Amino acid sequence: MNIKSPKQGQMRLSDGGRINRKNPVSFRFDGKTFAGFEGDTLASALLANGVHLVGRSFKYHRPRGILTAGYDEPNALVEIGQGNQQAPNIRATEAMLYDGLTAKSQNRWPTLGFDIGAVNSLLGRFFPAGFYYKTFMFPAVFWKNIYEPIIRKAAGLGRAAKDHHDADRYEKTHRHTDVLIVGGGVSGLMAALSAAGSGARVMLVDDANELGGWMLSENNTTIDGKPALNWIKQTVKALEAMSNVTILTRTQCFGYMDHNFLTLAEKVTDHLPQRPDHLPRQRMWKIRAKHVVLAQGNHERPLIFGGNDKPGVMMAGAVRSYINCYAVLPGRRAVIYTNNDDAYKTALLLDDVGVKVAAIVDQRPTPSSVLVSQAMARGMVVHTGHAVLDANGTRHVGTLKIAAINPKTGDVTGQPFYIDADLVAMSGGFTPVVNLHSQARGKITWDDEQVCFRPSDYHEAAICVGACNGVFDLKGAMTDAAVGGAMAAMAAGFTAEAVMTPAVDEPSMVMRPHVLWKMPSDAVKGQEPKAFVDFQNDVTASDIKLAVREGYHSVEHVKRYTTNGMATDQGKLSNINALGILSDQLGKPIPEVGTTTFRYPYTPTTFGAIAGRDIKELFDTERLTRMDAWHRQHGAEFEHVGQWMRAWYYPIDGETMEEAVNREVKKTRTHAGILDASTLGKIDFRGKDAGEFLDRLYTNMFSTLKIGRCRYGLMLKDDGMVMDDGVTTRLGENHYHMTTTTGGAANVLSWMEEWLQTEWPELDVYLTSVTEEWSVTTVSGPNARKILEALGCSVSLTDDAFPFMSYQDANLAGLPVRIFRISFTGELSFEINIKARHGLALWQHLMKAGEPFGLTPYGTEAMHVLRAEKGFIIVGQETDGSVNPHDLGMSWIVSKKKSDFIGKRALERKSMALNNRKQLVGIKTEDPKAIIPEGAHAVLDPHQSYPMEMLGQVTSSYYSPVLGHSVAMALLKGGHAMKGQTVWFPMINGKKPIKAVITDTVFYDPKGDRING
Amino acid sequence: MLLIDCPHCGARDETEFACGGEAHIARPLAENTISDAEFAEYLFWRDNPKGVFLERWCHTAGCRRWFNAARDTVTHEFIEIYAMGSLPKSKAAKDAYASAWRRQTASEKAAKPAQKTSGKGAKS
Ligand SMILES: [Zn+2]
Repeated sequence: MNIKSPKQGQMRLSDGGRINRKNPVSFRFDGKTFAGFEGDTLASALLANGVHLVGRSFKYHRPRGILTAGYDEPNALVEIGQGNQQAPNIRATEAMLYDGLTAKSQNRWPTLGFDIGAVNSLLGRFFPAGFYYKTFMFPAVFWKNIYEPIIRKAAGLGRAAKDHHDADRYEKTHRHTDVLIVGGGVSGLMAALSAAGSGARVMLVDDANELGGWMLSENNTTIDGKPALNWIKQTVKALEAMSNVTILTRTQCFGYMDHNFLTLAEKVTDHLPQRPDHLPRQRMWKIRAKHVVLAQGNHERPLIFGGNDKPGVMMAGAVRSYINCYAVLPGRRAVIYTNNDDAYKTALLLDDVGVKVAAIVDQRPTPSSVLVSQAMARGMVVHTGHAVLDANGTRHVGTLKIAAINPKTGDVTGQPFYIDADLVAMSGGFTPVVNLHSQARGKITWDDEQVCFRPSDYHEAAICVGACNGVFDLKGAMTDAAVGGAMAAMAAGFTAEAVMTPAVDEPSMVMRPHVLWKMPSDAVKGQEPKAFVDFQNDVTASDIKLAVREGYHSVEHVKRYTTNGMATDQGKLSNINALGILSDQLGKPIPEVGTTTFRYPYTPTTFGAIAGRDIKELFDTERLTRMDAWHRQHGAEFEHVGQWMRAWYYPIDGETMEEAVNREVKKTRTHAGILDASTLGKIDFRGKDAGEFLDRLYTNMFSTLKIGRCRYGLMLKDDGMVMDDGVTTRLGENHYHMTTTTGGAANVLSWMEEWLQTEWPELDVYLTSVTEEWSVTTVSGPNARKILEALGCSVSLTDDAFPFMSYQDANLAGLPVRIFRISFTGELSFEINIKARHGLALWQHLMKAGEPFGLTPYGTEAMHVLRAEKGFIIVGQETDGSVNPHDLGMSWIVSKKKSDFIGKRALERKSMALNNRKQLVGIKTEDPKAIIPEGAHAVLDPHQSYPMEMLGQVTSSYYSPVLGHSVAMALLKGGHAMKGQTVWFPMINGKKPIKAVITDTVFYDPKGDRING
Repeated sequence: MLLIDCPHCGARDETEFACGGEAHIARPLAENTISDAEFAEYLFWRDNPKGVFLERWCHTAGCRRWFNAARDTVTHEFIEIYAMGSLPKSKAAKDAYASAWRRQTASEKAAKPAQKTSGKGAKS
């Protein structure tokens, strides 16, 4: 054997196991270097080195060890990896070992062996059931200064990587399949054989590193006369050879949603020392299956006794896994504590590999199966009708306190005695994994014979087979699965037959656990030792009893009050024990107590896998105009407007934003400005009812608009509130061009489609989004006309030939364009539309021609200042879905002639005309330099006591470099009747309130003379 | 995630669709006079039954066409998918249509031309 340093662990058997002894690896845990083998999990490798203590518990910081050998592990959560690859809360029982793996224990400070937080155990009174709720009831000062610091220290599991830039890549993929089989144990394999034989597309997924499930941990079972492992190997090979079968290992199904939509998380490279670049670390599969087969087996239940959480206390089945799969001895001197036959297999195996079985403690008064006789025949001491009362030991179990009990009542009847052991293998019965079945809203029923819930009715097209269907014996499970697989394929539309169940030989056993929900104890009432029901959430048996005493009787309430079955564990091990204790306390049978909802995700899943590639620049679409490169070359700062990137302002020579914007505004008013307006929504209307439809959409009339003319329109929702605005132009008899706000374009189109398809399907109207067909450049300012003329325009641009609010097709610099004479600045303006691909060329022509005329590019910020100076509204800024046209002082745009338009009847409601509605007004500050923050609230008296009576809020606020003072608009209650009145805007952080006067909304050129240049 | 059978494109994931809420809300005609409260039945009041619900869907990330569906809000089963402008045919959906409180409202009556006694509700 090729062993490199360090030395392999002393608890490793010299042969056996499914590890690759040819490939020894070294790893680090809490700074110490250890050796293991490829094929180990971190947990098996730690146990091989005699390391049991791997973490501290959530609430009490109790020392915790490795309880299980699979994904149901509640204790052994560790941080794995370093730097920006570090991941918290990984189950050591699932993490495949690789050379160089670095892991750290969690929830401990300063060291795992000596943990200050363990003092919490002594402060138990701080943490009874419901402590979060009770604590909140204390005065705030207690919360902040006393409780929060303690809880913060204690709460939380692992830490996320400090470097938030995850170095790994994740992917998502979709798959349709006929049959999805969850669980690759013997049942899953049988189901797959039946289903795949029909020709159906089959996916078989399993969380473990290899298929075989629980059978990999058994040593005394034969199939077809050979060891079960042979049958598994042969079956896997057969399935792998079938082209209609997809097998995924290290893949956990963590969600089962409506209409057979399931989510899987595949660990693609987590187990590799070097993660190849071409592979993602994890892949999330989104599966739509015609039929689902759940073959997830069962979870073994812990037994409830004092100190049952100490390192060294393990599930009996897990002990077999560690010996058979990993050739690791979890202890040297064992006590078996059980209420069923299954744990006797563990006793026999321990004996086989030379571990002293000090005693078997069996709650049952008269167990009598073959396995029991075998144990006795080997000379093992079996204490029937006994219970473990308490496990002692500081960081590891050392001594067990045992006594005879009344098996019915749990009362201690005998003198307690003590047995030394460093391993306790416990078995409290078996719980079929109904979690996914329940997540999919399948019903479960209480099986009194087997003392567990098992699936009854299905909500989705699914079938549970084998142990997760409550069929615990191997032959029965295999037959059940073979039939289930065939039924699934048939349900998916295939002709299928169940494969024959092979001959099976396994020890005959009584799996039914003895029912004793009361915890046997000889302690004084109220001073029982801590016996854990939910290991991960540190919920004890007494917590549940306390919850009942305090009046929580509903199972859902008890769950929330005690936190039992919450968090990442979701009660995999604890559920039935908690229900049992609850039923005992309430004196009601378990079916009447009910069960809690099984929630998504079934097992913790990384956000990386859920996000996949949808991060950073791929998180959302970024839309760029054709002139984007020019803006970037000229140093523009950008802002997001919806998905669009718009040039915000163009600083020159180290200008501040304020300086740049002031310059752009002034230059536009004195000379000319040029704006990239390509992002405006543009919708093409055709059809003989286009005009009629526009009449119904807008508050004003459009069917009377002459060809070649433009009109501003306001669109309402049917509740009478402003939804969007824009200019619509009549291009032809039955042809209109609508512009919408940049952000509202998609909504407006969908909204119009909805009315056309659902309300007025008789209208002949066709809508096409042409936003990206056209590049749009606005030239605005007194020199605008001269610049277009200088460039060579095929049409006359005089006021007579080309009046305000009209449109013409033309050639500009030899390029075909649509010119709209409309203005959002109040200056003489031309909005030039050109086929998108020519947008940049035209922009460059205009810049060149405009140079002698002082043409200045301006961004969206200057655009806002220019429009605010003119009192033009922006929908979504001056409006918020509760503002009608009257509130905006725009009653003039609401037609009184039209019999109907969207929002007309709603506008006529009495409430729409109330005087105390918030109405749009202008605001002028007393101090011309003071700029009121947008959103600031107006009050009449800034010295009134809190809460102040607020009139409304500022919607737009800018400094106007042309006027030399700030300009603002606000929505104020009854504002229209308050012009000339003084209002105040209180500020935060001790700043003085801003004094202002209510004005008209138009600050600049109120008569509108400048529109003609 | 629901699987929705678009009548034009076939079965697609729910994420491709937008739910447009309750179907068969008839819009009162301007020619009929109703009170503000009655108008509110059209504008604001929406049904929220436990069981069969008739609702509108739009295949927004597909053909962008609207259609009606009868869905059980408890089981999420799509009982029937039927064209915009038509009424459902299955018994459960027909019953849901007939028994909806809206059938008796003034706002729905006002969606029909004033003089006539027959005629379809506009928004179906
Ligand atoms: Zn479609």
